[in-house]
Amino acid sequence: MTVEADFIELEEGGERIMRFSGRLTIARIGDVPQRLSELPYSPARIDISNVERVDTVGAWVVHKLARDHGAQIVGASDHADRLLRQVSIADDPAKSFDEDEGRLHRIIARIGASTLEALSGLKGLLAFFGGLLIATASVIRHPGRMRFNAVVQRFETVGVSALGIIGLMSFLIGIVIAQQGAVQLRQFGAEVFTINLIGRITTRELGVLMTAIMVAGRSGSAFAAQIGSMKLAEEVDAMRTIGVPPMQALVLPRVLATTLLMPLLGFYSTFLMIVGGGLLCWIGLGIPPETFILRLREVVPMTDLWVGLIKAPVFGMIIGLTGCYQGMQVRGNNEEVGNRTTTAVVQAIFLVIVLDAFFAVFFSSVGWG
Amino acid sequence: MSDEPIISIRGLRNSFGDNVVHENLDLDVRQGEILGVVGGSGTGKSVLLRSIIGLQEPDTGEISIFGERIDCATAEENLDLRRRWGVLFQNGALFSTLTVAENVQVPLREFYKNIDEDLLCEIATFKIVMSGLKAEDAPKYPSELSGGMRKRAALARSLALDPLLLFLDEPTAGLDPIGAAAFDNLILELKEALGLTIFLITHDLDTLHTICDRVAVLADRKVIACAPIEELLALDHPWIQEYFNGPRGRAALAAG
Repeated sequence: MTVEADFIELEEGGERIMRFSGRLTIARIGDVPQRLSELPYSPARIDISNVERVDTVGAWVVHKLARDHGAQIVGASDHADRLLRQVSIADDPAKSFDEDEGRLHRIIARIGASTLEALSGLKGLLAFFGGLLIATASVIRHPGRMRFNAVVQRFETVGVSALGIIGLMSFLIGIVIAQQGAVQLRQFGAEVFTINLIGRITTRELGVLMTAIMVAGRSGSAFAAQIGSMKLAEEVDAMRTIGVPPMQALVLPRVLATTLLMPLLGFYSTFLMIVGGGLLCWIGLGIPPETFILRLREVVPMTDLWVGLIKAPVFGMIIGLTGCYQGMQVRGNNEEVGNRTTTAVVQAIFLVIVLDAFFAVFFSSVGWG
Repeated sequence: MSDEPIISIRGLRNSFGDNVVHENLDLDVRQGEILGVVGGSGTGKSVLLRSIIGLQEPDTGEISIFGERIDCATAEENLDLRRRWGVLFQNGALFSTLTVAENVQVPLREFYKNIDEDLLCEIATFKIVMSGLKAEDAPKYPSELSGGMRKRAALARSLALDPLLLFLDEPTAGLDPIGAAAFDNLILELKEALGLTIFLITHDLDTLHTICDRVAVLADRKVIACAPIEELLALDHPWIQEYFNGPRGRAALAAG
């Protein structure tokens, strides 16, 4: 006797009989279900007395055949009989899978859904900002509610631990700017203007902007993931019921940390970019450090530094805000934490760059160009 | 059916750092029985389960399932063992990004790659209905289900491959008494119909009384007794006496 499931058809007393053999189990069922679905005739009886072994899948296949053709099942062993009864109880005709819509319909629906989502995301962010302001106001009125420990802890994770990577990045970017600038300016014999380039672009733009991108990637994502996981584990709900507003306990310390630390990190980054640029000028162009510093003081107006440092806290707030906001939006499953973390970083960097453009226009129109 | 135990554990020792959880633990699970495992918090019930199903490597000791030593099994044999048992984790451990039906299909797809899509859907649906959910629940995500429904969905997944052996980790924890009783009945029914052997960790005294053939008591780092509940009641061990003859234990006994 073969072990693979199989069936043959017989005629007996004018009735069509289907006789199964082998093992009617998921491992051995092979192409039997397919062949059964293409059956050209209707059996009156199904004989399973030759079946070696049967499991729920086999029982289901037999049950379905009997149901679809109104056939009678004969020769079932005790065990098979129990299984058949079990699967017939479990036979629920209700639709259990969503039907597929047309492809065009799906594409349009998806475009619509993501547009709505983007709009409601921005609106939600604005509402979240409002909520944060209210929380801030209440903390100002009751300074006892300020969670200094939480803020200081965030200072460490957002600021101190980031010093190494931001420093290294800034130093290298300084070298790259100086090197690329020198190559271009050499064509005009204006190598000395490399110092103008380094001094102005780092203080006005790159120092703060690169730091913002780094902080968004390091801390904005961490905020979203931390708060998101807390949401999933109902920790945020638990906080609310205990009477600790999550806005005050979770969001405010984080946003405060990024807002206050961005100017410091931005300044630090600018400084190291200049150091990197200066080093390249010294080694590559033969400009000694004293000359570099002297020249820097001549060409970089103080307003350039202000331009950079005024932008920094705004960027910091945006990063902290989007991180916490996306974290608070997590609901449902773990994949959502990942999606929201990604969104937090993308949204933060996008908003920072958009705002940077506005700042550039603004500062040049007030004469700080 | 042979008298050979389905699971046989000899001299098991588990420890985490200095904390020894099991020492010289012996336990047999017989064919076709429902074995309840009880013990105070921290006595290593879940660790025992994890060692049996291979998620925790014991320090020493032999564990055989279906007569095969799991610590000596090759990766291939291990995989083959895995398809013969199902595990229901304490919180269901459903994959949160898949629907209930897809969750049930995961083991089927993994082990039987050439089953056609229609049959897969049918199998998933009847397993789900068999576990006491409705077919309409199949396209739902785990986050849309209540705690009890999630347990049933997880049960459907653990039954996907028609296992001979089922591990249940506190199946009725967090269910209301009516839901818990219904779940007990479901387990008993499925055990009869599918010929399962069940290894059950529970704190639910009603479950112990209504469905367990034998109860193993974990204490002092080993199984101190493994017997039908009536025999346990006669034993003179302080923890057993407190557990089964405490107020809750007596109430469950009166009800059972």
